[in-house]
Amino acid sequence: MQLAEQIREARSKKEILLMTHLVLGYPSFAVNREVIRQMVENGVDIIELQIPFSEPMADGPMIIKANQEAIANGTKVADCLAFAAEMAAEHDIPFLFMTYYNILFKYGLKDFLNKAKEIGIRGFIIPDLPPEEGEEYLRLVKDLDLAPIQIFAPTSTEERMRTLADHGAGFIYCVARRGVTGSKTEFDASFDAYLARCRKATDLPLAVGFGISNREDVQVLTGKADLAVIGTATIRLVEEKGSEAVGPFIAGLR
Amino acid sequence: MNKPGYFGQWGGAYIPEVLYETFRELKEIYAKAKADPSFWQEYVDLMGSYSCRPTPLTHAENLTRHFGGAQIFIKREDLNHTGAHKANNVMGQGLLVKRMGKTRVIAETGAGQHGVACATMAAKFGFACTIYMGEEDVHRQRPNVFWMEKLGATVVPVTTGSRTLKDAINEAFRDWVSNMDTTHYVMGTVCGPHPFPEMVAWFQSIIGLEARKQIIASHGTLPARVYACVGGGSNAMGIFQGFLGDTEVELIGVEAGGKGLGTGQHAARLASNDASPGVAQGYKTMFLQDSDGQMRDTHSVAAGLDYIGVSPLLTDLWEKGRVRFAAATDQEVMAALDLTIKKEGIIPALESRHAFVQAFKEAGELPSDQAIIINQSGRGDKDIFTIAHAFDDPSWKEFIRKKGEEYATR
Ligand SMILES: Cc1ncc(COP(=O)(O)O)c(C=O)c1O
Repeated sequence: MQLAEQIREARSKKEILLMTHLVLGYPSFAVNREVIRQMVENGVDIIELQIPFSEPMADGPMIIKANQEAIANGTKVADCLAFAAEMAAEHDIPFLFMTYYNILFKYGLKDFLNKAKEIGIRGFIIPDLPPEEGEEYLRLVKDLDLAPIQIFAPTSTEERMRTLADHGAGFIYCVARRGVTGSKTEFDASFDAYLARCRKATDLPLAVGFGISNREDVQVLTGKADLAVIGTATIRLVEEKGSEAVGPFIAGLR
Repeated sequence: MNKPGYFGQWGGAYIPEVLYETFRELKEIYAKAKADPSFWQEYVDLMGSYSCRPTPLTHAENLTRHFGGAQIFIKREDLNHTGAHKANNVMGQGLLVKRMGKTRVIAETGAGQHGVACATMAAKFGFACTIYMGEEDVHRQRPNVFWMEKLGATVVPVTTGSRTLKDAINEAFRDWVSNMDTTHYVMGTVCGPHPFPEMVAWFQSIIGLEARKQIIASHGTLPARVYACVGGGSNAMGIFQGFLGDTEVELIGVEAGGKGLGTGQHAARLASNDASPGVAQGYKTMFLQDSDGQMRDTHSVAAGLDYIGVSPLLTDLWEKGRVRFAAATDQEVMAALDLTIKKEGIIPALESRHAFVQAFKEAGELPSDQAIIINQSGRGDKDIFTIAHAFDDPSWKEFIRKKGEEYATR
C-alpha cells in the first residue's frame, strides 16, 4: 500500500496520528533502539529517522547538538542504513529518512534511494532540496514507489503550495511557523488560516511539525491535521529523563 | 542552456521552503537593479564619496627590482573605507535593502572585515545589525569585534560545529528563516544559494573594471597574470571579471595551504586533491568533506580563508581551465609580510598575503616588460595580535602585559 493510503486508513481509526523523530546515533544506537521500541509500543504511527549531517541548517540548538555529537561519536551513514534496516524489519510501522541533501548526493543519489527501498524505508524528508533542484530525486523516488515528502511553510503562497503538492506523495509536512526546530509554536488565528490554506492546496494528508511538545498541542491539531510531529521534545526528554520516560510521554499525548 | 543560478554544473539554490518567497523577492529586486543603469551609477557614486573608489593601482617598484622579473602592480582594495574589498559588496546590497524596505541586516563574518563593513553600512543607512562570527574567529580577530560593537552591531559568537566561518553562515541562515520579513541576509562572499554568488560578483566586478583601465593606463598593455587570494572567492571574482575575456591574461587563485597540503590541515579546495563535489550551505561546489559527506575541519592562519567551500563561479572557471589554483602555507604567508612592509611600506591582510606569496614565487620567471597584478584585498591592521604573536615581538608583549595588569587592578 502507498504511504498516503496507509495514513488515510490509519486516520479512519484514530483522530490524529503521531509521527516522532530521532537523530540516529544520538546518544547511541542502543538508546535509539530502546526509544523506538517504546514509541512503537505506545502507538506512534510513523517514525522519522534523521541521518546526522555536519551542517543542519534548518535545525535548532537541540537537534544541532544531536547531529554534532552523533557524528563525533563516529556515526557513519552505513551504520544508519544498517540500523534503519533492523528497525524496519522489526516494527510494523512506516519509517522515513530525514536528512540533508549532501548525504544522498555523496552516497550516490540512485544508490542511496535503491538502498532505502531495499531496507524498507517508505519516504524521505529533505529540507534543503526544493523541487527545482530535485528533478532527478523526484523521478527516482517515484519510480521506486516511495514518498518524496514535500514541505509547506507559512510563507508559501497558495500557488507555491499547489506546485509542491504536485511533486509530493505520502503526506505534506506543514512547518508550523517561521524559524528552526525546537522552540514553541503559537497556535493562533493566523495558524488556523495557514492550515486552512494548506488543506485547500492538497488532498494529501497533512502533518504539522515544529514546536509540538505536549498533549495540549496535539489536541489543538486534532481535527485540523492528520499527523502531529514530535521532534525536539522527545530528544530533550531522553536527555533529561532517559529513554524509559519516552513510553509514558507518548502514551499521554492523545 | 544552463539552469538559472548554475555555472557549469555548480551553484543552484538548495534552500528550505520557508525562504522560497524571500529569494523570489531578492531575485526580482536584483534583476531590476541590474537592468537599471542608474542603479549602478548610484553605486559607483556612493563608493566614490563614501569609500575610496577608484582604489589606486600601485606600481611596486622596490619589489619589482627585488625579484628582477615582471613589473609588480598592487590593486589597493585595502584603501576602501573599513579596509577591505568587503565594502563594495555591503554598500551594493545596502542599496538593495533600501529598495526592499527592510530594516535589519544580518551577516556572517570570518576575518571580521565583512562584519565591520556590514555594521558600517547599517550605521550609515539606519538598519539594525547582527553579525554571526565563529567563536574561534572572535578570538583571533578581536579588534574587528570591538569595532562592530562600537558601530552598533550585535556580535553573536557561534559555538556550534568548528566555530568558524561555515558555522557562522549556518547561524545567519537560522536567524533569517525566523526574521525574513524585516531582515536581509548580507552574504559576504560569492557563495551560498543563487542569486548570492552572481549578485556579490556583480558588485565586486567594480575592482576588475577599474584594474583593467588602470593597468593599460600605467603599463600600456594587459597584465600577464593576475593573483588573488580565495576564501569564498569574492575579491578574486571581483578582479578576475576585468580580464575574463582576455585569454592572454592568466588568472591565479591562491587558497590557504595552512600547515601544508599533505597535512590535511588546510582550506585548499581546488589547489589540493582533498575536495569533492557536494551540496551544503545552499549551493553545489567542491567541498572539503569526508566520504559520508560530513564537512571536515579546515585550517588557516587567515580566518577569512578558513572555509570548506568555494564559489561556484570559480569552481566552474577552474574546471574549464580558465583559472589556475595554488596554495600558500601559513608559514610562507608570515614570511612574505616582512618583505612587503620593508620594501613598499604596505601591510596586507593575512588573507591578501596568500596572493602575494604566489606572485613572489612566479614574478622572477617573467620578463621585465610584462606586468602582474596582485589584488590586495585588505589591510593587515586587524591582524595585529596574530602578527605580533608570530613575530614574538618583545615590546608588544610588554605593552599587552602592562595593559593586562592595568585592567586587573581596576
Ligand atoms: C581581507 C580579506 N581578503 C579576503 C577574504 C576572503 O574572502 P573572499 O575570498 O570572498 O574575497 C576576506 C574574508 O574575510 C578578507 O577579509
